[in-house]
Amino acid sequence: MQRRVVITGMGAVSSLGMSAQATMDGMAAGRSGISALEFQDVERLQIRIGGQIKGYDEAAHFSRQELTLYDRFTQFAVLAAREAVAQSGAALAGTQSGVVLGTSGGGLQTQDENFRKVYEEGKNRVHPFVVPRLMNNAAASHLSMLHGITGPSYTVSTACASSNHAMGQAFHMIRAGMADTMLTGGAESMLCFGGIKAWEGLRVMSKTGCRPFAANRDGMVQGEGAAVYVFEALEVAEARGAEILAEVAGFAMTSDASDIVMPNQDGAVRAMRGALADAGLCLDDIGYINAHGTGTLGNDRTESAAIHEVFAEVASSLPVSSTKSMHGHLIGGTGAVELLACIMALREGVIAPTINHDQPDPACELNVVPNVAQEAKPRATLSNAFAFGGLNAVLALRLAR
Amino acid sequence: MVDSVAHKVKAIIAEQAMLDPRDVALDATLESLGVDSLGLVEAVFAIEETFDVHVPFNANDPESKAFDISSVESIVKAVEALIAEAK
Repeated sequence: MQRRVVITGMGAVSSLGMSAQATMDGMAAGRSGISALEFQDVERLQIRIGGQIKGYDEAAHFSRQELTLYDRFTQFAVLAAREAVAQSGAALAGTQSGVVLGTSGGGLQTQDENFRKVYEEGKNRVHPFVVPRLMNNAAASHLSMLHGITGPSYTVSTACASSNHAMGQAFHMIRAGMADTMLTGGAESMLCFGGIKAWEGLRVMSKTGCRPFAANRDGMVQGEGAAVYVFEALEVAEARGAEILAEVAGFAMTSDASDIVMPNQDGAVRAMRGALADAGLCLDDIGYINAHGTGTLGNDRTESAAIHEVFAEVASSLPVSSTKSMHGHLIGGTGAVELLACIMALREGVIAPTINHDQPDPACELNVVPNVAQEAKPRATLSNAFAFGGLNAVLALRLAR
Repeated sequence: MVDSVAHKVKAIIAEQAMLDPRDVALDATLESLGVDSLGLVEAVFAIEETFDVHVPFNANDPESKAFDISSVESIVKAVEALIAEAK
């Protein structure tokens, strides 16, 4: 018999707030975390807005020795994990625990800073810890060390689906008996000159704001931050009397095998159907979908069509929102932060809105929960992530019973 | 007129379409030449590099009047306007 998997802790940092609750409160209030980007050489960019975490003092959270080893994405992961572990109370130390995190850029800021030093400033020496700071697995490794986790730990990097793939893997590992407890989620911090300059080239970024599913959308807006969860085998959580935040009910992943950047309806449809089937849920059980909803022409119309194909007659009334409109697109960390919207829907009965939504796109006929949160009592939710490269990952959560 | 804007724009589009520049007619559309969205973004980049201009093109709004891509000719005219603006 397959083991059931539940969430017993959550932590987050985002431009909406420096905890899971603050981030959910921001979502519930329909607050925008998008602001003018602040970093070196921003004046050389066309794109100057993002979901940047402002007023953050790294020295208030970490020692000097830690900071020499922690890129900003690692710092965010460590803070989110600290919160999740404290809430969960799970015993993580030992071989029955692991870490799977998603990230796309890893320590991109470390790379950017040090490329600037050697190429622009002509320096011939860099700090000795550049490599351990920039490696994509740095955050996962630090979580394992900080919490004494000696089971399987690794990083998944599948662009915008990284953290959904990571959380799906953590779910599978517990279900299969490979671990009892997993720290999982994702972290990203690409808001630096090189990070944004690369994205500018694709011509899919907005200069004005993220307006998913709106007729006047003009592209995506990046964000930064992290969310980390404690996933635990149900029997282990129950045995220690832990509070259960939600059940991880199902997961599916598919590949489009079609285009390196344009999404594909069939791949999205198969991923959503797969997650439902894996969870043993039917269409009527799903009361909320956290959309991938990037605010690009390519994603929004394809995702809307895919939701219509899967959910048929209930598609137009089912609440489907994109919280990227508020916190931006966290790329490899986005699915992790967005899972908070699903947990909030299940636990608090609050459906996060899609903000900046004044002009509906007739080609995206959905209840996008425009601008203001809605109340509902979903029994289960889906969270979509459809990555560049055509790699799709959908997670299903169910109300804790 | 080998150095004309039209000639250079045709060469840029031809490269993306994998055609001989002589086969790129002014009234052709990018679609009819087989240039997809990725090819278009590459062509816009090549135009910016060749003419040292900034092309106001957003892939989320391809029908925008800011940079008319409805035909090879409209692109040539838009590029000429950008060059005149930059002077």
